[in-house]
Amino acid sequence: MEKEVIYEIKALYRDDYRVTGYRFGSGKPSVCIVGSLRGNEFQQIYVCSQIIRRLQKLEAAGRLREGKEILVIPCGNPYSVNTKKRFWTVDNTDINRMFPGYALGETTQRIAGGIFEKVKHYDYGIQFASFYMPGNFVPQVRMMKTGAENIELAKRFGLPYVVLHNPRPFDTATLNYNWQIWETDGFSIYTTSTSAVDKVSAKQAVDAVLNFLSKQDIIQYQGYEGYISRVVESENFIDVRAEHAGFLEQYAAAGEKVEKGQKLAEICSPYTAEILQTVSAPVSGIVAFVHNETMAYQNTAVYKLIPEEDEL
Amino acid sequence: MTERIETIVETELPVDEVLRIRRHRLMTDGASVEELEKQGKRIGIVTGIHGDELEGQFVCYELSRRIKAEPESLSGIVDIYPAMNPFGIDNITRGIPAFDLDMNRLFPGNRNGDMNEYIAAEIMKDMRGMALCLDIHASNIFLTEVPQIRINELHKERLVPLAKKANVDLIWVHGASTVLESTFAYSLNDRGIDTLVVEMGVGMRITKSYGEQMTEGIFSLMAELGIWKGEVSEIREPVLSNDEKGEDVYYLNAKTSGIFLKEKHHGRMVAKGESIGTIVNPLTGEILEEVTAPGNGWLFTIREYPVVDEGSLVGRILKRYG
Repeated sequence: MEKEVIYEIKALYRDDYRVTGYRFGSGKPSVCIVGSLRGNEFQQIYVCSQIIRRLQKLEAAGRLREGKEILVIPCGNPYSVNTKKRFWTVDNTDINRMFPGYALGETTQRIAGGIFEKVKHYDYGIQFASFYMPGNFVPQVRMMKTGAENIELAKRFGLPYVVLHNPRPFDTATLNYNWQIWETDGFSIYTTSTSAVDKVSAKQAVDAVLNFLSKQDIIQYQGYEGYISRVVESENFIDVRAEHAGFLEQYAAAGEKVEKGQKLAEICSPYTAEILQTVSAPVSGIVAFVHNETMAYQNTAVYKLIPEEDEL
Repeated sequence: MTERIETIVETELPVDEVLRIRRHRLMTDGASVEELEKQGKRIGIVTGIHGDELEGQFVCYELSRRIKAEPESLSGIVDIYPAMNPFGIDNITRGIPAFDLDMNRLFPGNRNGDMNEYIAAEIMKDMRGMALCLDIHASNIFLTEVPQIRINELHKERLVPLAKKANVDLIWVHGASTVLESTFAYSLNDRGIDTLVVEMGVGMRITKSYGEQMTEGIFSLMAELGIWKGEVSEIREPVLSNDEKGEDVYYLNAKTSGIFLKEKHHGRMVAKGESIGTIVNPLTGEILEEVTAPGNGWLFTIREYPVVDEGSLVGRILKRYG
């Protein structure tokens, strides 16, 4: 393993800003794994740290395939993580809305450009991503429908779901989208949590990545095979919304199977504890996402369900 | 003339509060909204999509003050929306606090979406029937701008002739970008409602002279649409930059992190090699960088906020001018 600085900026009063990468093996750039690009993505860093630990052991055991190179970048935004700010410290811009970046542009364009320059030549790109609404996910591989997405490859992670979604205008500036445009097979992996470490789903994600690397003949590894993934279009998710704002008490967890009519949550008046809404499952299915805040705003999708096949 | 303050969208908040977005409608008597809309006599003035950009606040106040002082000259509908992002204005925040979202990346919204998508969709609905809309921004808290209108190349045929009547100093036609398709202005222009994006001044401040200049521009546009029969001051001739290929402007980005000390004000002509400012290190007392003009031109943007990171924009110079 070689540790290297992928990109850095000299700072005035803080330590210099550094993006650090861990390189395994040498030869054809085979897979690049990127963790956090935002300051609240602790789980994403944690998963990468576990992958690095496992790859070190595999390397010591001589189980990395000759002529193939793996790069892991646990964190593309230490400045924001260290100050507990989601986006860039000075101007609040999002590095994951700046790809492919621009070396002569503004700071986060330069950072995105500096990172992309080092990650764009790989056969496979894996990013541990997060959603703009705080909540927990059923583990999934997410891919944008750019015309270049490879669903069969995505199934090789063995995660329960492969989710496809149509890119919106702002998605065109994400790492995942640009990987695909630059002919890297790009995958976003969502584990259960973001700002808190969830060790169970982190382990599942590590296994999924190692399985994928093994199936693509990048490492020798015989691990937990995982699931036969179900492919779902995100537009087929059923949003279950808060009709009122108030305290949110959730009764079903991400990944749980729920029946039509089952109580998923209650929303209560913050002053009188009156139940304002009993949130019920409109269809039978799996909880793909559960909003994990204490308070819900009106119209918030507090649950997203993957309907059973016969509900589609 | 009839005046009405109306809520165009509201949503319940968790604790004892309702978020409301309101419109001030000033309307001539004797015709219905539908009739006036059919005649192309409805204009909208929108501001506060970014909560820390306050230059439009004075324009909204001044516009309604002057119309109320001369109601007989009004011949149509003027809709004023001073606070599209009330949370942001209250929190001194560009985006939408609590969600950390840029409201100007949510349009056209979604009626069945989350709170902010729903709000964006209802705002779009209220714009239907408008002949012209102005979306007034104030750059951001980092940069000061001369009063200007920015136009996506896709809409320039329709918008440049209108922008020339708006009393701004610069019309900047820029290249199309997919990311910008979720802005308020793009969404409206895409639906056939002419919308001009105004950038002027700086975030968190009000530059009264720019507000007055813009208010004159709005009366000029109202006269053009037949909504204003009163007197209109002489309108300035803007500089037009057809910059679709991105070659008209020098971008001055900091080569190093430090404290930027500006030497030139925006709106100045500068010559090649002339100093725009310096970037210094107060810890060591060193000059880290002399920022100079890479060519002759018009400094239409200058950095106001002193702290810079490597890459921070410190100025823009229009090349093919002067």
